Amino acid sequence: MSGVRESDLEQAVMVLIKGLRAAGAATGLVGDELDESVAQTLAFLRRRLTGDYTVDEFGYDADFTEHVALPLLRPLYRSWFRVEVRGIENLPAEGGGLVVANHSGTIAIDSLMTQLAVHDETPGHRSLRMLGADLVFASPMVGPVARKTGSTLATSADAQRLLDEGHLVGVWPEGFKGVGKLYKDRYRLQRFGRGGFVAAALRAEVPIIPCSIVGAEEVAPMLANAAPLARLLGLPYFPVTPTFPWLGPLGLLPLPSKWLIEFGAPIRTDDRGEGASEDPAVVFEISDRVRETIQHTLYNLLRDRRSVFF
Amino acid sequence: MDEAAHPRVVLVTGVARDLAGRVVRRLAEDPSIERVIGVDLVPPKHPMGRGEYVRADVRSPLLARLITQAGVDTVVHMGVIATPRDAGGRVVQKDINVLGTMQLMAACQKSASVRRVVVKSTAGVYGSSPRDPAVFTEEMTAKQLPRSGFPHDSMEAESYVRGLSRRRPDIDITMLRMANVIGPSIRTVLTDYFRMPVLPVPFGQQGRLQFLHEDDAVAAVVHATSGPVVGTVNVAGDGVLSLGQAIALSRRPWLPVVTGAGGLSLWATRRLGWAALPADHLAFLSYGRVIDTQRMRKELGFAPAYTTRGAFESFLAARRAGDRPEQQPVEEGQ
Repeated sequence: MSGVRESDLEQAVMVLIKGLRAAGAATGLVGDELDESVAQTLAFLRRRLTGDYTVDEFGYDADFTEHVALPLLRPLYRSWFRVEVRGIENLPAEGGGLVVANHSGTIAIDSLMTQLAVHDETPGHRSLRMLGADLVFASPMVGPVARKTGSTLATSADAQRLLDEGHLVGVWPEGFKGVGKLYKDRYRLQRFGRGGFVAAALRAEVPIIPCSIVGAEEVAPMLANAAPLARLLGLPYFPVTPTFPWLGPLGLLPLPSKWLIEFGAPIRTDDRGEGASEDPAVVFEISDRVRETIQHTLYNLLRDRRSVFF
Repeated sequence: MDEAAHPRVVLVTGVARDLAGRVVRRLAEDPSIERVIGVDLVPPKHPMGRGEYVRADVRSPLLARLITQAGVDTVVHMGVIATPRDAGGRVVQKDINVLGTMQLMAACQKSASVRRVVVKSTAGVYGSSPRDPAVFTEEMTAKQLPRSGFPHDSMEAESYVRGLSRRRPDIDITMLRMANVIGPSIRTVLTDYFRMPVLPVPFGQQGRLQFLHEDDAVAAVVHATSGPVVGTVNVAGDGVLSLGQAIALSRRPWLPVVTGAGGLSLWATRRLGWAALPADHLAFLSYGRVIDTQRMRKELGFAPAYTTRGAFESFLAARRAGDRPEQQPVEEGQ
């Protein structure tokens, strides 16, 4: 590093600035706006190179999420899936809340879109902290990015901690059963497990917001599951879609389905009295109610959507 | 804590190493403490102030006699060694760590004078894996327990400490589970790592790192000899650094290396001296580990002077200044 002469470094920075200006101009930015965006990008790069940013105990990196991850997802959200959000007022403006959503789409892109919906549509630009499977955090490249963008392991300890700290937490209780289901089972909710998410919300006394996502089912319709191959690779499923694995990595390109995300009326959990989180009857009752709400909303949203792609 | 709990005669183990030596010096500065006795197999090279050095093996029954004769009321156990190199081989290391703690706890159990035991343990007992919660509280145990090396020794050592607390509930026990100790003078596997010219990083992984400054480690132990009794308590500096951040702060080039067997990784480990990095450190760098410090603040009443970032920057400042710690005695922590 010390071998690099000052003038070389200066030249490299000038080339970088020119490149950024060209890229900015290509996206239609002009004048002050362009200068501002170039300056912001440079400031971001400087922070990354010098380590001048903060990561919280879960590994959440707000700087990275807001300046890299979300901007990269935004074109997908706006132009590709044309996500339409309903009921954003059902999310608490501040304090803890548990967003429970259906999971689908072979590649778990629905959680990313929900995160962006919450960030862009809430007045306070709230960040959604998500709970993911351990496989995510064990995977190279994927694991660190998941943590940086606000995911952590789906355990009651982590959920509890996030809710107690007043975060908005997103959970997809169907897990791999949801994302890895076949296209013929689309919009049919899978099992919700033991309702650990309900217990966490009860303990933290935060509302549960049912969230129904329509559109994710069609991004990569899974026609079959090559189970032996999945076992061989240690994956929960191995998808066979019209384009994957036939077109290789290109087959992973999501189809441009039309998305609707609806946040339902919050379900209170602070009126259940002491020890409700340990009462399986209460936990299952709430869990069922959330599941029913999502399932019903899904059917209603599907009626509202004119077609899969519009 | 009541007046009666103030230590009069303190025994500190593992004093040949820097941290324990500094604990002895700090205790010796307190005029209300009558005697500070430091034991180790090797005589310490650093000054111990008023502290007395006794050459003794923690594994020998001699220690029990020493405790009785001197009327020791407070035992500070810092004789658990982190790296095989410091002990003279893995077998000796395990022997000192596990059998040493067992013998020392047995001596405390039999003693009529011991009223308080302070043990320096490590957050390494929580392991590092992608299957564990992001933040460990004292009640949690890891899904994937450490199976070898120093963290495993520490788990066994802790079990003897718990055994003592069961058999002698009248003895006050504080066990400090410290995050990785770092600073200008301490030498650990991790400081060796961050002194490499090119940092090999596990491919596609970035652990969350948490540090405790060496000064805070010393202060925490000293505080625990007279502070409130809390049982097991996590001790760490505030905040978290990701591995990527730590590397950016250290201003050194890095190289992603696929862990496990393979041509490149073998080549890289030889080339860059990464072979010295034990498996638990690899896991730590890959997945990291964060411990909750609420109990440290609220119950133990201890606040570290350095944050995680501050501790790391203090180490980096010393590294940049070039005062390599070769002249310093080799130290534990991890």
